[in-house]
Amino acid sequence: MIEVLRPGLLASVQDLGRHGHRQSGICPGGALDTLALTLANRLAGNAPDAAGLELTLGGCELRFTVATRIALAGDDFDARLDGAVLPTHWSVPVRAGQVLRLGGANVRRAHPGVRSWLAVAGGVDVPPVLGSRSTDLKAGFGGHEGRALRKGDRLALGSSALDAAQLARRAFGVRAPDDALGPLHAQDGCVHLRAMPGPEHAQFTRAARDAVWRDAWTLTPQSNRMGSRLEGTELRRTRAVDMLSAGVIPGTVQVPPAGQPIILMGDAQTTGGYPRIAVVVRADLWKLAQVPLGGRLRLVPVDAAGALVAWQAQQHYLAHIVAGLAAIEWGHAPASGTPAHEAVQNGPSPDHPAGESPDAD
Amino acid sequence: MSAPDAAAGEPSPHPVGAPRLHTLGDAALLCELPAPATLAAQRKIWALAAEAMHWDGVSELLPGMNNLTLLFDPEQVDVDALCTRVLLAWPTLAEDGGAGRLVEIPVDYGGEHGPDLEDVARHTGLPAGEVVRRHAQAEYVVYLLGFLPGFAFMGGLPAELATPRRAQPRTAVPARTVGIGGEQTGIYPSVSPGGWQLIGRTPLELFDPRAKPPTLLRPGDRVRFVARSVTL
Repeated sequence: MIEVLRPGLLASVQDLGRHGHRQSGICPGGALDTLALTLANRLAGNAPDAAGLELTLGGCELRFTVATRIALAGDDFDARLDGAVLPTHWSVPVRAGQVLRLGGANVRRAHPGVRSWLAVAGGVDVPPVLGSRSTDLKAGFGGHEGRALRKGDRLALGSSALDAAQLARRAFGVRAPDDALGPLHAQDGCVHLRAMPGPEHAQFTRAARDAVWRDAWTLTPQSNRMGSRLEGTELRRTRAVDMLSAGVIPGTVQVPPAGQPIILMGDAQTTGGYPRIAVVVRADLWKLAQVPLGGRLRLVPVDAAGALVAWQAQQHYLAHIVAGLAAIEWGHAPASGTPAHEAVQNGPSPDHPAGESPDAD
Repeated sequence: MSAPDAAAGEPSPHPVGAPRLHTLGDAALLCELPAPATLAAQRKIWALAAEAMHWDGVSELLPGMNNLTLLFDPEQVDVDALCTRVLLAWPTLAEDGGAGRLVEIPVDYGGEHGPDLEDVARHTGLPAGEVVRRHAQAEYVVYLLGFLPGFAFMGGLPAELATPRRAQPRTAVPARTVGIGGEQTGIYPSVSPGGWQLIGRTPLELFDPRAKPPTLLRPGDRVRFVARSVTL
């Protein structure tokens, strides 16, 4: 069981999302960074779609009442397990009674984080609703009682595929997405998001079309799981025509009448009536989920071919990780002839040069 | 959003032209028809959705108002091939949906359940009782679901009942409230912020995530409101 001692700003149970029901007006939701949750789940010995916790702006404390195994992805917020450093993208054993603490945002860092994803062996055991354990915070169903976590909440864990020996195995880590696919923040200090022109792109003025692809946009504090609200140049259309309601998906860059774009996230409505100037490609949605409040981003134009290359790079990285885990016999029978050891490191972590578990005993 | 201009049951005056196609990111394709929205066009959208759901690589369909978004896997099907498939299929699609289910929605009009009924009466120049009578007499068609789980975008509001949204939206419209917003009418399935004029309330659940199916209404349904009580 996980006991919530402090939830932080917004903690919720999320899996990879509730798909296939957009026709009913049900948004997919789920972890805003599916890559992070997939990695954390694999490291915790789970299937990729097990339910975990999405944590926002750190500031949380969770107690594990049983021996288990965890992995944290996204921003670490100086995460500590009973005081010992817990690096992200590490698979770490947990003893019964240990407490995981995430600190608050460290504004002295160059790029303060925003979200983290925690996987626990066996996954969070809440009843699936419409095929998913994700919390639909807006509509109030799914996850844990359809709401954000509160102090005192207790979450049951599913049964893990890991045996006792694997649960207790020495900690190990993998290469983070920021390292393999990133960096998250480019040389100019901005998060670069590859995007394709949207259906109403041509309706915008020349100045607007130039600005959307050229400018650095700032993520305002009004951003949330429904949308990332950007501040920058006012984007105008050559003619303000009322649009018919049309489907929208996460990554859609909408421009309401005030001219400040909003990039839709997983909890956004399934239909909208604002013009769509661009759409962030799927392969870069994980970066979008990690743009810090007040952080800057750029939209980088790509075509379908470029988007496919980006997607396949992400899939290749995941396959590499899975092969590496199989090679060290993590949760699976070993795959023969899989030369993927470099995907997995038992090597030095920042505080433990001998590569020991942060929880070494 | 422009209101659909054809009443339920009217045949199309001319064939619905091929949709404009545009990508919506790397894994979705928008097929859209030009405004103003018509029921005939929406029937072709429903027919396209019914056909495309069987296509290799297509994972989900998302109907809009006279448009359809196909979600697909670009590793299974190339977007250009998908476009070709849509354009080849389009002329062969029958205007589906003539035999939609009729769903009756009981409504307690006015009073505490319809706090804005008097405002609608004032705006339309009709007595409140006449607003209710005309709202309940019309037959509506569900074009699509969106905005909230189970929220039905319906066509067919009598033109004389159109009333602009409230200047100050409410932060919490009660669940199952029936409202008028501009040229549209609809029912809030759950508590929600909203700017519509609230004229009544239904005891029926529009959305229950544990029910099968989870929504009361589906695209293509015909809807009639039935006055259960009227408080003027």
